[in-house]
Amino acid sequence: MLEAVARRTAAHYRRRYRPAEGDIAIGLGDGRRWKAGPSEFAARATEVSSLNVERISRSHLTVEPFALADGECVVVSGPSGAGKSLLLRAIADLDPNESEILLDAERREALPAPLWRRRVTYVAAESGWWADAVGAHFAHRDAAAALAQSLGLPAACLDWPVSRLSTGERQRLALVRALVQKPRALLLDEPTSGLDQNAAEAVETLLKAALAHDTAILMVSHDPAQAARLARRQLRVEAGRVWEDRR
Amino acid sequence: MNFVPLGYGDVAIAAVLVLVNGLLSLWFALGLERQIAVATLRMVIQLVLVGLVLHALFNAEAPFWTLLAALVMIAFAGRESVARQERPFTGWWSYGLGTSTVLMAAGLVTVLALTTAVRPQPWYDPRFAIPLLGMILGNTMNGISLGLNTLTVAAARERNAIEARLALGATRWEALGTVTRGALKSGMLPIINSMSATGLVSLPGMMTGQILSGVAPEQAVKYQLLIMFLIAGSTALGSLAAVMLGAARLTDQRHRLRLDRLRPAR
Repeated sequence: MLEAVARRTAAHYRRRYRPAEGDIAIGLGDGRRWKAGPSEFAARATEVSSLNVERISRSHLTVEPFALADGECVVVSGPSGAGKSLLLRAIADLDPNESEILLDAERREALPAPLWRRRVTYVAAESGWWADAVGAHFAHRDAAAALAQSLGLPAACLDWPVSRLSTGERQRLALVRALVQKPRALLLDEPTSGLDQNAAEAVETLLKAALAHDTAILMVSHDPAQAARLARRQLRVEAGRVWEDRR
Repeated sequence: MNFVPLGYGDVAIAAVLVLVNGLLSLWFALGLERQIAVATLRMVIQLVLVGLVLHALFNAEAPFWTLLAALVMIAFAGRESVARQERPFTGWWSYGLGTSTVLMAAGLVTVLALTTAVRPQPWYDPRFAIPLLGMILGNTMNGISLGLNTLTVAAARERNAIEARLALGATRWEALGTVTRGALKSGMLPIINSMSATGLVSLPGMMTGQILSGVAPEQAVKYQLLIMFLIAGSTALGSLAAVMLGAARLTDQRHRLRLDRLRPAR
């Protein structure tokens, strides 16, 4: 697993940055370059970050720096009202905040906010729908139909009115809506809460496929078993303080 | 056909009807008698005072006094346009938005009418400028008020849908599109309704007034048409400006929805 991550990140960065002869040069996301042979990748894979949160300055939130590598899932846990959603919303730039956040070494403020959110897409716990027809919410209809089917929904659900969808169906389609735009990083707020076991497993399978395609995922989850299945690292949020839980 | 002058005694006979309202309220215990009395008194005092002010204005016929009267009217219209909003903007934005858009729309349209269609001599003759502005103001104020109220209430209600669009990479204008269109519609609806119903359901007050004072009906009709066009133009302009500026204030440069710029619901 670690080697696989290392191979993918190395390939990814070779595509992006021309390596010096004999070495593989890696942008650390903060302007520094780190040179190493492939064997050292496994140990330091997490430092090869695609999403790099160096500082978040927002009221009610104190954040220790953390980073996500390509294809890495990090689970955010903590009691209700601790600030988990605030953290995801701040990264997506949906609430006023002054932060240093980089995606593939590019500062968030260097990009127009809509472009940033296309690449770093937040999926809220409670999904919002703006048109009457389900199908009107998807950028790529065919891709959406295929993903919906993989989550146990009929492809015809795209022709339904939104009012016909159950809460669980809305939740899954909101995830599909974000996935068809192929974001570089996903910020998921409890993507499987309220889903039955089959549906939750289908969602996890889909998320694993996204991870295999180098999408980074930061995910709020209350289920330790799910966290163990998807992530190797965890962020802990309590009373607005966010830190990496290294147990 | 001659103009029939009224004495205050003639008016008093009609005022008896309001007394009937008050007695009805007492009889059926509606509890409205106080409000009826206050509203009637306010109306009488305000109209008598306005009569005196207009009398003085018409006698003075000075651009300064006309302009001052116009500005006072606009200031009141601006305040009234945002006075009964469910979710007004915080700080000076609420009053500022109402007044600036009323001033822009009604001012522009009134000047247009005075310099092209009506052309009184001199152009600032208060006999034309003030009543014209008054009619345009009243309707523009309603359009702005309804447009802004629909915008802010719908944005707060549709927060999940708007933020879902923003989160997927929509710009603030795309994300607020449904809401701004609805707000513009509700701002324009009253004037569209009254244009459709005019002549069939209601005879407009100004036309009736002109006919009562002895003007030939076809002349009165032309005046009324002119006024309706001016009102429609000013309402559209005012609603559009208020809704677009309001939408800009409801969001920020980083395309976030800023409901924190609205006062909490009462």
